Amino acid sequence: MADFKVVNKPIRKIDAMALVTGKPVYTDDVTPSDCLVVKVMHSPYAHAMINEIDTEIAKKVPGIEAIYTYKDVPGRRFTMAGQTYPEPSPYDRLILDQRLRFVGDGVAIVAGETEKAVDKALKLIKVKYEVLEPVLDFRTAKDNKVLVHPEESWEALCPVGADNKRNLCATDLSEHGDVDGVMAECDVIVENTYHTKANQQAMMETFRTYTTMDPYGRLHVIGSTQIVFHVRRILANALDIPKSKIRVTKPRIGGGFGAKQTCVTEIFPAFVTWKTGKAAKLIYTREESQTASTPRHEMEIKVRIGATKEGIIRVLDVYTLSNTGSYGEHGPTTVGLSGQKSISLYNNNLEAYRFGYDVVYTNVQSAGAYRGYGATQGIFAMESAVNELASKLNMDPVIIREKNMVKEGQVMPSYHDETNSSCALDRCMTRAKEMFDWDNKPLAVDLGNGKIRSVGVAMAMQSSGISGVDVGSATIKLNDEGFYALSIAAADMGTGCDTILAQMAAECLECDFDDIIVYGADSDSSPYDSGSYASSTTYVTGKAVEKACLQLKEKMCKIAGEMLSCSTEDLVFQGKKISKVDGSEEITLMDIATKSMCGNTEATQVTVSHSSKVSPPPFMVGMVEIEVDKETGATTLLDYVAVVDCGTVINTNLARVQTEGGLAQGIGMALYEDVTYNSVGRIYENSFMQYKIPTRLDVGKMRVEFESSYEHTGPFGAKSIGEIVINTPSPAIAHAIYNATGVWHRELPITPEKVMMGILKNEN
Amino acid sequence: MQIKLWLNGKMVTEDVAADMLLIDFLRAHGCFSVKRGCETANCGLCTVFVEDKPVLSCSMLVARVDGKKITTLEGLQEEAEDFGAFIADQGAEQCGFCNPGLIMNAIAMFRENPNPTDEEIIQYLAGNLCRCSGYEGQLRGIKAFLSFKKEKGGVC
Ligand code: FES
Ligand code: FES
Repeated sequence: MADFKVVNKPIRKIDAMALVTGKPVYTDDVTPSDCLVVKVMHSPYAHAMINEIDTEIAKKVPGIEAIYTYKDVPGRRFTMAGQTYPEPSPYDRLILDQRLRFVGDGVAIVAGETEKAVDKALKLIKVKYEVLEPVLDFRTAKDNKVLVHPEESWEALCPVGADNKRNLCATDLSEHGDVDGVMAECDVIVENTYHTKANQQAMMETFRTYTTMDPYGRLHVIGSTQIVFHVRRILANALDIPKSKIRVTKPRIGGGFGAKQTCVTEIFPAFVTWKTGKAAKLIYTREESQTASTPRHEMEIKVRIGATKEGIIRVLDVYTLSNTGSYGEHGPTTVGLSGQKSISLYNNNLEAYRFGYDVVYTNVQSAGAYRGYGATQGIFAMESAVNELASKLNMDPVIIREKNMVKEGQVMPSYHDETNSSCALDRCMTRAKEMFDWDNKPLAVDLGNGKIRSVGVAMAMQSSGISGVDVGSATIKLNDEGFYALSIAAADMGTGCDTILAQMAAECLECDFDDIIVYGADSDSSPYDSGSYASSTTYVTGKAVEKACLQLKEKMCKIAGEMLSCSTEDLVFQGKKISKVDGSEEITLMDIATKSMCGNTEATQVTVSHSSKVSPPPFMVGMVEIEVDKETGATTLLDYVAVVDCGTVINTNLARVQTEGGLAQGIGMALYEDVTYNSVGRIYENSFMQYKIPTRLDVGKMRVEFESSYEHTGPFGAKSIGEIVINTPSPAIAHAIYNATGVWHRELPITPEKVMMGILKNEN
Repeated sequence: MQIKLWLNGKMVTEDVAADMLLIDFLRAHGCFSVKRGCETANCGLCTVFVEDKPVLSCSMLVARVDGKKITTLEGLQEEAEDFGAFIADQGAEQCGFCNPGLIMNAIAMFRENPNPTDEEIIQYLAGNLCRCSGYEGQLRGIKAFLSFKKEKGGVC
């Protein structure tokens, strides 16, 4: 690997000290509290029509400014999904609708001077509902007689196979090679169905937005969002106003994980401010965040593997049923990853594959983007099926992977025919084996004290941005005395993108890290960026930063050339100075900066946009050691080894912590995190009391290493890391639990009850 | 009702509603380090000291702290910086939203038990949730801070 000075180092985050000393930096800290308090009245029914709604009494509560119902909002449908236009997600929302589609859907918006007044008004709104039959089971949703979106104004902008008259948000089938023919020739076929539940992103800062009118009569939206430019479009669609009337900025964000890639709270206070001209703020409670936002898509995935008795995987057949809930946010796009990322992992000997899916509407909370974005679900299914194959063939699950895993240089038909240009998956496996001592550990050993110790393995891939779609941009500007200002619209949600992008700029400009200041995410002034999602920031925006810095260097050399009366070819850029190649003369960066501000005609500011035609996957291997208690069914994590190939690691600390954080979320998904509904569609897990995310007692020991590859299309050889790290815990833990108990758990989470019932069933 | 308390060393006398929560009172007084991550006493983000003992301010009425001494991270800036730097050096303050509550509890732990084992650290801080870091980096930071203090021969 190249010898880097700033990149590939454990540099402290730029905002670290402000965060650890508790400075007021988040939305609710930096916006005034003397604004209108906005709250949403949520539907108590999974499916209902509002026959009558009376707000007159509620409006009389002292301090109430306005109450809005479906009668007051624009009739133009939109999607809340933060995606590039034209969005693949259907336009199926109104700010408030007469038809309510899940328990939690918006019935009315109340704005008032105090929280107390608003709470009182909420209780005084009288609604007569016509309760309708809901579709609650996603397996029966397609072609159900009950339609979630019967309305004529429903619209799909992209050809994703959507049909609201069939409760279909998307459908597709793709095939490569002779699937049935190859399957028929296989010695062994493993076929199973796996079920992953909705999971809450559960970032610690709930959804929150402040809105105000600026002196130019424009709506200024300040909120915790990953996608300032998409929010601008979504609000313009929802409010039916010109985009030029909206400005979106973000302060520090208290976590996103994809949740804030959807416009969950922005619309309501924006509507209030637009109507009243008054500043407004909406802070979702934890309960609202758990019941009226957009968690991970629940999926049921059927995997069929055809292999030889030597464990050569020849054919894969995957069908995914995805539950998008009441609205289609990210429905058509998440599902694709469940097949692409899982099938492509086993590319080595693959002769044929089939991948089909249906994404259906139901009357439950809408799903949305969550770290891993469908790959997580698909990889749980595929990796579990491969482990089942290994056990059926009585083979080492590591060896079966080594035989079949995708290799560097291979073309992946299941991954848009992209070439696997940088891939250290094989080395990740070798290293993980070493660290874990896989070859010397039995799959399971009964400790004789009521506990069984066992191991499990899984691997994963993701992508780096959306190829041909995502746009990342950077503006870099030379300032007085030679420091630089970097302006971006990628949103740092805690992962440290402000820092890593500054690291890249410093590396390129051969200066100190402290010589770069970063300003982020203002739709008025930042260069266009699709936003922080799809694991795109390091790879796509990072490349834009690199290119912008190169161009700025050229411009500075031009100024130096004029000052030294020579051509730029005779000059070399050396960070703090620019010298003649022969060493005879030089000029300092400070002089160039000074010159740029006096009688200069060469702009010392450059903006570059970047988009990539490819989306090189990062890879990883996870190995887990657990203990299962035979008396209680409880699973205890002992050790988790993760080896990741994200190309060049830009910040070694931040990549490590992101990996550990992703593993912890994956552990939660595997063992505890569940979203369940009662018979009328109300969510049980509406707080942290019921929705259990892992605590520090639950995660065991995690050991993370990197096996770098060099991705030539990425900045400094980098690929992404944000999402892939959540993908291995579920299948690895399910594998270890099988090794301990002899029972495959094909539905997540694998709670102690399920483990216990499995053990008991096995014994009988 | 009128209450009187000491907030980060300053006396505050005020009329408050009987149902006002301590967290809302503190934020209204500019103590923005105090965060609300849940409403159910599950996340630990709202941790502050009442008479030097950590409590969850989302689950305590301000009326109950009448006459008491309240400390938030705003009142412990030096300690927050000293210790926080070690968390920062691990990159374990990701979104940072959980950090004030964590640091309050960690400071309480250092005072109670200047030499905790890994197990004791994890136990003591179990009530402080973090969704970003996976906890390992926080543990590394805490241990690095403790050994730094030990080397210096000081007590925390
Ligand atoms: S806000 Fe979660 S414990 Fe107080
Ligand atoms: S750093 Fe984000 S919750 Fe802990």
